[in-house]
Amino acid sequence: MNEIKSPEESRKSLDRIFRDLTRSITHRDEMSRFWLFILVMFAIVGVWGFIIQIQRGLGVTGMRDYVSWGAYIANFVFFVAVSLIGFLISSTLHLLKIEWSKPISRVAEQVAIAAVAMAGLIIVMDMGRPDRLQNVFLHGRFASPILWDLTVVTTYLVISVLLFYLPLIPDLALLRDRLTGVPEIQKKIYTVLALGWKGNEEQYRLVTHAMRILMILIIPVGLSIHTVTSWLFASTLRAGWDTTIFGPYFVSGAFVAGTAAVVMVMFVYRLRYRLKNYFTHHHFDMMGKLLVFVCLVYLYFNINEFLVPGYKMRLHEGIHLRELFAGGYSRMFWFVQIAGLILPIFLLLFKYFRRPFPMFLISFLVLVASWFKRYVIVIPTMEHPHLPVQNVPDYFKHYAPTSNEIVILLFGFVGALIIITLLAKLFPVISIWEYAHQQGIDKKYLTEKPENQ
Amino acid sequence: MEQNYNTRRSFLKSLGVTLGVAGLGVSSGVLTSCSKVSSVSPEGKIRLLTPGGTLVEVDASQLTPAEMPSLTDNQKRGRLGMEGKSWVMVIDLSKCRNARQCMAACQNHHQLRPEQHHINVLQMQDAEHTAPYYMPKPCMHCDNPPCTKVCPVNATFKRADGIVLIDNERCIGCRFCIAACPYSARVFNWFEPRDAEKYEGVTYNIEANVPQKKGTISKCLFSADLLRDGKLPSCVSACPNSVYWFGDRNEDAVTNGTTKETVSFSKLIRDNGAYTLMEELGTKPRVYYLPPKNRTFPFEGELIEKGHQG
Repeated sequence: MNEIKSPEESRKSLDRIFRDLTRSITHRDEMSRFWLFILVMFAIVGVWGFIIQIQRGLGVTGMRDYVSWGAYIANFVFFVAVSLIGFLISSTLHLLKIEWSKPISRVAEQVAIAAVAMAGLIIVMDMGRPDRLQNVFLHGRFASPILWDLTVVTTYLVISVLLFYLPLIPDLALLRDRLTGVPEIQKKIYTVLALGWKGNEEQYRLVTHAMRILMILIIPVGLSIHTVTSWLFASTLRAGWDTTIFGPYFVSGAFVAGTAAVVMVMFVYRLRYRLKNYFTHHHFDMMGKLLVFVCLVYLYFNINEFLVPGYKMRLHEGIHLRELFAGGYSRMFWFVQIAGLILPIFLLLFKYFRRPFPMFLISFLVLVASWFKRYVIVIPTMEHPHLPVQNVPDYFKHYAPTSNEIVILLFGFVGALIIITLLAKLFPVISIWEYAHQQGIDKKYLTEKPENQ
Repeated sequence: MEQNYNTRRSFLKSLGVTLGVAGLGVSSGVLTSCSKVSSVSPEGKIRLLTPGGTLVEVDASQLTPAEMPSLTDNQKRGRLGMEGKSWVMVIDLSKCRNARQCMAACQNHHQLRPEQHHINVLQMQDAEHTAPYYMPKPCMHCDNPPCTKVCPVNATFKRADGIVLIDNERCIGCRFCIAACPYSARVFNWFEPRDAEKYEGVTYNIEANVPQKKGTISKCLFSADLLRDGKLPSCVSACPNSVYWFGDRNEDAVTNGTTKETVSFSKLIRDNGAYTLMEELGTKPRVYYLPPKNRTFPFEGELIEKGHQG
């Protein structure tokens, strides 16, 4: 925390902070309209693809009886993975009293909400009978890992939304009191959502207390959400999935994907909303170190996951591993391992690469590799069941997503980007009151009516 | 001959007739299909096909509407299973010559597309220098079924008589059971099922899983509907080479589908060194295999996937 500032200084710097951090809301140009237009177009194409899939059946995808889980499931696992960053940054690091990560909390929560919401949608889009979704509630069997997944995904979404919303309330009051140049309806939304915030000690105490509870609650939920997702695979008898380390393996991989996603969003905000003084070199440097750390943990699990069965080469494990190391999936496998894990670890050891732009590029690479990592986890295993695949057409034996499937896959990404964009357009991307507090501005100035209004 | 038998039976199936003689005045949908097997003669007599396969003439005035099992009754009965029974199958690999009559009969009975197999005759070779053989592979109806464990909605379940069934009125199509099954016994209806228009409006029979439904799972059910009628499963009676034995473990009796000979189940599996498929997985299959020894015919298949045999 900086030194306590004088009243004039406080008011002035609060004005500046407010102006900077509400730029994402007030700033409107062709570029943002174009961006939203593109996203909405892609989303419409995705919905259209989904309608075709409903009408004609899941057969419009590349999936068949042997590879019966395809890229949709890989996509689902990817989004669940990305969403885990919310709990790492805004809860774990917070509870460890780490200061630098505080301004990143809200970005992490945006990413978490968008990703987990899309994960939920994607899994419905993968169902053969989405019209029977209610059966899960009417006839739910709690012995099925799908029920566990459903429970923790919804719980995680609720807690993430609350963790986004609670620290937003004082900001909403600021927006209600100070923001100009936005439509009346938007102001009304702020007024309603601010819940009549007055900014007295009692209210701050309540918010801090509630947040603390949520931050602790989200740790077991966050860990469960991806552990249970990994159990969808680990609970089967298939080579490549039938392993006991899948829980921590998935969780550590999730942090890699999520950290990369948050870095990318931070970089874009920094550029688009001119937040150079808020998402500083220091933040990127620290995120770079965090990425190296989580990559190292993930590397450790990867070595366990591949070296131990690779040493034994038991019949079915052997077939699976040969396919990954030197077979049809070797290019994808080595790309994932090298570009998504070894290269980032190596590069990010140098301070030069922990600057914003190199970090952005490396994160992009890591995120792409993370997606393919899930693909490489899901599909090769399904292509090699215990018994030979015979008496079926050739396209049953090898899986490749169809174009119809790809537009639905893209819908996941587009949907997540739309959610993130809307959240950034409606709410400050960094908590104003917390940032002001960190800058040594007393809370009492937050509730003052600004002079120039 | 086999073919005729199956066509006739599936006719009756589509009529929804399980017991007794099909009658008039049930519903318009049934009547249309009735015309395929029955015709009204000028004297007011009606020709009908009995489930036994004989054509009979009955006075039209004597007819009473047959009881159509309602969907709810069907579902309830199908979930309970047949009391006191414990169905088992024994497959004699030394007899299988890859005739594939079982596959044809099964696809016919369960209205499957050509690429959908409830039973699949695989060409197997256990290790590099061991003899290849044909292995019919139905659902193992495991006593510790990995598939029913993972079902989120109890759409696939284990009955008291040992059969693992599917309820495609409830299945949500998540395909977790396909992922969980180590025997690749399950298939999915990726598109509208075969002859979907033809069977539209026909009451769903859970014990045969017909009509099939788009977006749901299907699998071998030991022809539970035929068992209820005191018959052998379609694949078992279709086999020309005496490969299949089927029966009740509680009675310790299995019947050969080709010769109709009935023997002691325990003696059969003891004398022939029977085994179950991948018993190391702990799934406890109800399908027993007799090893492919003393075969009097050559293996004519070609091994499709070298180095990938179970």
